[in-house]
Amino acid sequence: MSPSRRGEPRDPHDDGRPRMRAVVGSNRIEEDIFGRVFDGKVVSRIWKFVEPYRRRVWIAVAAVLVFTLSQLTIPLLIRYAIDHGMAPGAPGGLLAGIVALFGVAIAINYAASLVQERVTGQMAENVLFDIRRKMFGHLQHVSLSFMDKTEVGRLMSRLQGDVNSMQEFLETSVQSVGDIALLVGIVGVMLWLDWQLAGLVLMVLPVLFGVRVLWLAKARAAFMAAHEANSVTNNALAEAIHGVRAVQAMNRARLNAELYGELANRTYQAQLRASRLAQIMIPIVDSLTGIAMAVVVVAGGMMVASGRIEVGVMVAFLFYVQRFFDPIRSLTMQYSVMQRAMASGHRLTEVLDVEVDVTDAPDAVPLGPVDDGSVEFRNVTFGYDPAIPVLKDVSFAVASGERVALVGPTGSGKSSSISLIHRFYDVQEGAVLVGGRDVRGVTQESLGRHIAMVLQEPYLFTGTVMENIRYSSYWASDEDVIAAARAVGAHDFIAAMPGAYDAMLDERGSNLSLGQRQLLSFARALAADAKILVLDEATANIDSYTEMQIQRALQRLLEGRTGLVIAHRLATIRNADRIVVLQQGVKIEEGTHDALMAQRGLYSKLYDLNYASFDDIPDELTDADRATAT
Amino acid sequence: MTPPNQAAATPDRVFRRTASIDPQKGVGAVARITAMCFRYPWRAGLAFAATVPAVLMQLAIPFILGRAIDQTLAADRDNPDVRALVLIALTLLAVSVLRGLFTLVQNYSAESVGHALAQDLRNAIYDKVQRLPFSFHDRTHSGDLITVGMLDLEGVRMYFSTALVRTLLLTLLIGIGAWLLLSTDVVMGLLALSFVPFAAWRSTVMRLTLRRTWLILQEKLGVLSQVMEENLAGIRVVRAFAAQDHEMAKFDASSKDALDYSHQRIDVRVRNTSAMTLAFFAAMGLVLLYGGRQVAAGEITVGTLATFLTFMTILQMPVRQLGLMVNAYARASTCGTRLFQLLDMPVEIDDAPDAKNLEVTEGTLRLENVGFGYQGASGQRAVSGISFEAKRGETIGILGAPGAGKTTLMHLIPRFYDPTEGAITIDGQDLRNVTLGSVREAVAIVQQDSFLFTTTIENNIAYAAPFTEERRIRGVADSAQLHDYVLGLPQQYGTVVGERGVSLSGGQRQRLSIARTLMTEPAVLIFDDSTAAIDAGTESRIRTALRGYATDRVTVIVAHRLASLKHADRILFMEDGQIVERGTHEELLALGGRYKALHDLQMHPEADVLEKEAPQ
Repeated sequence: MSPSRRGEPRDPHDDGRPRMRAVVGSNRIEEDIFGRVFDGKVVSRIWKFVEPYRRRVWIAVAAVLVFTLSQLTIPLLIRYAIDHGMAPGAPGGLLAGIVALFGVAIAINYAASLVQERVTGQMAENVLFDIRRKMFGHLQHVSLSFMDKTEVGRLMSRLQGDVNSMQEFLETSVQSVGDIALLVGIVGVMLWLDWQLAGLVLMVLPVLFGVRVLWLAKARAAFMAAHEANSVTNNALAEAIHGVRAVQAMNRARLNAELYGELANRTYQAQLRASRLAQIMIPIVDSLTGIAMAVVVVAGGMMVASGRIEVGVMVAFLFYVQRFFDPIRSLTMQYSVMQRAMASGHRLTEVLDVEVDVTDAPDAVPLGPVDDGSVEFRNVTFGYDPAIPVLKDVSFAVASGERVALVGPTGSGKSSSISLIHRFYDVQEGAVLVGGRDVRGVTQESLGRHIAMVLQEPYLFTGTVMENIRYSSYWASDEDVIAAARAVGAHDFIAAMPGAYDAMLDERGSNLSLGQRQLLSFARALAADAKILVLDEATANIDSYTEMQIQRALQRLLEGRTGLVIAHRLATIRNADRIVVLQQGVKIEEGTHDALMAQRGLYSKLYDLNYASFDDIPDELTDADRATAT
Repeated sequence: MTPPNQAAATPDRVFRRTASIDPQKGVGAVARITAMCFRYPWRAGLAFAATVPAVLMQLAIPFILGRAIDQTLAADRDNPDVRALVLIALTLLAVSVLRGLFTLVQNYSAESVGHALAQDLRNAIYDKVQRLPFSFHDRTHSGDLITVGMLDLEGVRMYFSTALVRTLLLTLLIGIGAWLLLSTDVVMGLLALSFVPFAAWRSTVMRLTLRRTWLILQEKLGVLSQVMEENLAGIRVVRAFAAQDHEMAKFDASSKDALDYSHQRIDVRVRNTSAMTLAFFAAMGLVLLYGGRQVAAGEITVGTLATFLTFMTILQMPVRQLGLMVNAYARASTCGTRLFQLLDMPVEIDDAPDAKNLEVTEGTLRLENVGFGYQGASGQRAVSGISFEAKRGETIGILGAPGAGKTTLMHLIPRFYDPTEGAITIDGQDLRNVTLGSVREAVAIVQQDSFLFTTTIENNIAYAAPFTEERRIRGVADSAQLHDYVLGLPQQYGTVVGERGVSLSGGQRQRLSIARTLMTEPAVLIFDDSTAAIDAGTESRIRTALRGYATDRVTVIVAHRLASLKHADRILFMEDGQIVERGTHEELLALGGRYKALHDLQMHPEADVLEKEAPQ
């Protein structure tokens, strides 16, 4: 069965008893953190987001170069000050002149750093927000089947984690231009000052580079391990917090603490290892810097003594040598940043490339108030996978103002039908008509306004009650909202909340009961004031009192509109003008309650069982009926 | 059906992340963290001990360089003293290597103190969180607790290395450095150090500002991510109302808010760091000017000037990081305050000092005049005057409208809360006087919302009895009518479920929750409205499968569906926290009261019944 997994501690009671199944913290499904260092496709996609800011990019690059140049000038000016300004017999104003130049250099340095950091930082921030906006906007239109099979958490990590690592990359990219310039500059200036001394000193450079690169591979593994261990441990803590009621109910606290102790210890060990690796670089760099300085002292000293170079040159060398390591560190760091960014960029483009399969036709017209509230299915065949149709040649019509109940066992295609009315998907054959027009020929926006929908699970947003009921129906006034709430019988409990309509709802409305949430979602549909109401009745067993309230609200909701209801409750079904019975994607019966009862088909059998809900009917019965009906 | 939410209406905000904190508590927290660091006296001592030579080596370098320059200048042009130069170079090398090594020791021991402290605190936090009773978790936001365990822990962990050790380091470096410079040349020393107070002040102001604004930015980003997450989770609602434009407008509003704010933050950072650099270079220019004149006048050597300049470069970084140190103290005080608040929280439901294990003999559950009110519910009681008794093998059914107190009552039996009045006993032993572990073993409950752990199905089922055999897991899964469904999954019992695994429907979750409860052998088994999402047919099959299991214990069933509990030996009808009707199904039907009305409503949901029974 399940093989032992990463993140699963060894059995602390491994004493021959059956295998322990205790785990705290979950299995993490890790994504690749590092990708190829350079991926042309990804870069060109990301460049599209940077392009609008390209003027700023050039400004930033120019500023970083100026900044680096002024950095390089400073030791040189010190050198001239020492060798010429302070030399015995130097003209009096020379030192002051050099210091004045120094003043100019640092002023330029200040301005350049101000410009470069601000422009880079803000540009990267803007690009990040643009990418996120583009992705978020795209997700509003991609096919629902993609959204159905993709976890929200996964998309959120695209919108946050991956976008952030792109930002880091953009910010450090400009930085690296500066680093490369600094490195080249230091080497150049040193060679220019004295190529022989420079040659000697620069011998440590490849060593430094080599050590750093070798170290990086090892260190990165250790850092990753520490990061991983840490997040597994944090995960376990989060789980303990979220599941504390289950943990206490099942008396697992003690064992869990023991298991968690192991995770915490593993994190501790991994972090110590990472810490060791991070610190080991310090003596290495210090030693190499020491060697370089020693070389300058001995070789440079000899040269100064022999008059080959002036002492200021030696001082400048000493200054440059101490600056060696910074750009090398940043550049090697940049390597990992780039790898991470490429992996993230790849995932981002994947999201951006998800197909939008339902779009407005170029000649789409809006559905307007003159269009009626009729709905018609004309020989509709549809499957999420075209090879496996879930609706087969289904035809039925709902006249404006009529109420039709869709009835049938699980998997009969009821939910798919109502998705089609809204054009969440396009049919493969036949047509769905709303207000007498093919839904593919009208704008999606107007279709949305023409139809109000109540989903099986009420979904509320963080915000006030007022905002939740109004939702996107900006035309509804406060009075309209309150009237809608009154109509569905939600006014009383809303008025009893602190702040009434301005009361804040918690995440998903968790401070309300299921029945109350249901009523709010009814009010929302009512406030939208659409001609057609599509409703997927809740299946969960709520208590009978709430149930009654909801039934009453439903009657109000349907008044004066076309109603198409996926019905589970007998009370709802009986209130319909007509009933359409679906089974396994095929319409098997249609008619009024009396007509269907007279027909003595599946419907009448279900009804005769006298259960409160069609879903309550034991499977065996429907199985038997299925056999007779098909 | 949300009694805990009454308490949640006034949530505890102590763990909220804000920048403000009671200063007195903050100081106390810092002192306490400091004391905790010395639980590892060797490592902490080593960190401090290594700091001193590391600083001294650091400070020696400018002097050696100055010496080298003077030596060079003094050298005889035709016959330079190579030995002297080599000696200086070797000293330089040795000092550099030693500086690196001591810094390594200092940093590593300091960090290891932090990591060790973090490990201890992690265990303490975990243990505390698990033991704190429901009442605590009701009023505390789980997200807030998680941040205490992650971010606050981090703030405390970093304290030793970034605050304490750095304080010593900076004090020594600036103190000794200043003393050395000033004793060499007062004027030049003052010029060289002139940037220090400015940079220290800017850096501190900047760090504290960034810290405060960071918290605000996090809040704004939190709003943004909530907008995105709710949109994605509710994408069907968005599509159903064709509300894409509305949603984009919401997104843009919070996105722009966060973006503007983060631009401001960049501004604060850039302006301050650039100003610090400028101050440093300006001081260097002054030293160059004044020192240059002195050199020209023959008052000091070029080597001395070079010493001053190198000194400044060495001091620059640590001085600029002074703000980080101040920030580390601020962070430790806020983080520590929250963390200790959690660790010091009293565990209200715990073993009495001399508690023995509960001994189940007859297996009789008795509630005597039990009453309970939630904390902060101003004395209002959620249940009161509840008395009933159930013997082994008996089934008690409980029903009533939402808010009648059914779940509250059920939560008292496993001691999730302690009754404020009356007593609950099993075989005559008051549950408050026996060990908590033995109560939880004797009372099992299938909760209303079934939390699944993100792990395999088999691990979830075996949660309460992880050492069990595979056979039993399949057995209970079968009883809960889950086995066939599991076999249809790609990895069967090895399929990962939970938050980040395969998502199960409400009914499947409830069946899994029932299965894992069946792994235990309790004296009392409670089903707290735990079959609401399971269809009646499946439920009746579960009931049949459990027939044998139920003979060995007391079963309490809370349900809305009459079919779920009409077979019970006694049915209790609750209203406003009290039992208003009790008896068997037949007795209650004969009584013609509330139970009868509910029965009629469920069996014949005709319009006229609807009208008649509707409480207007």
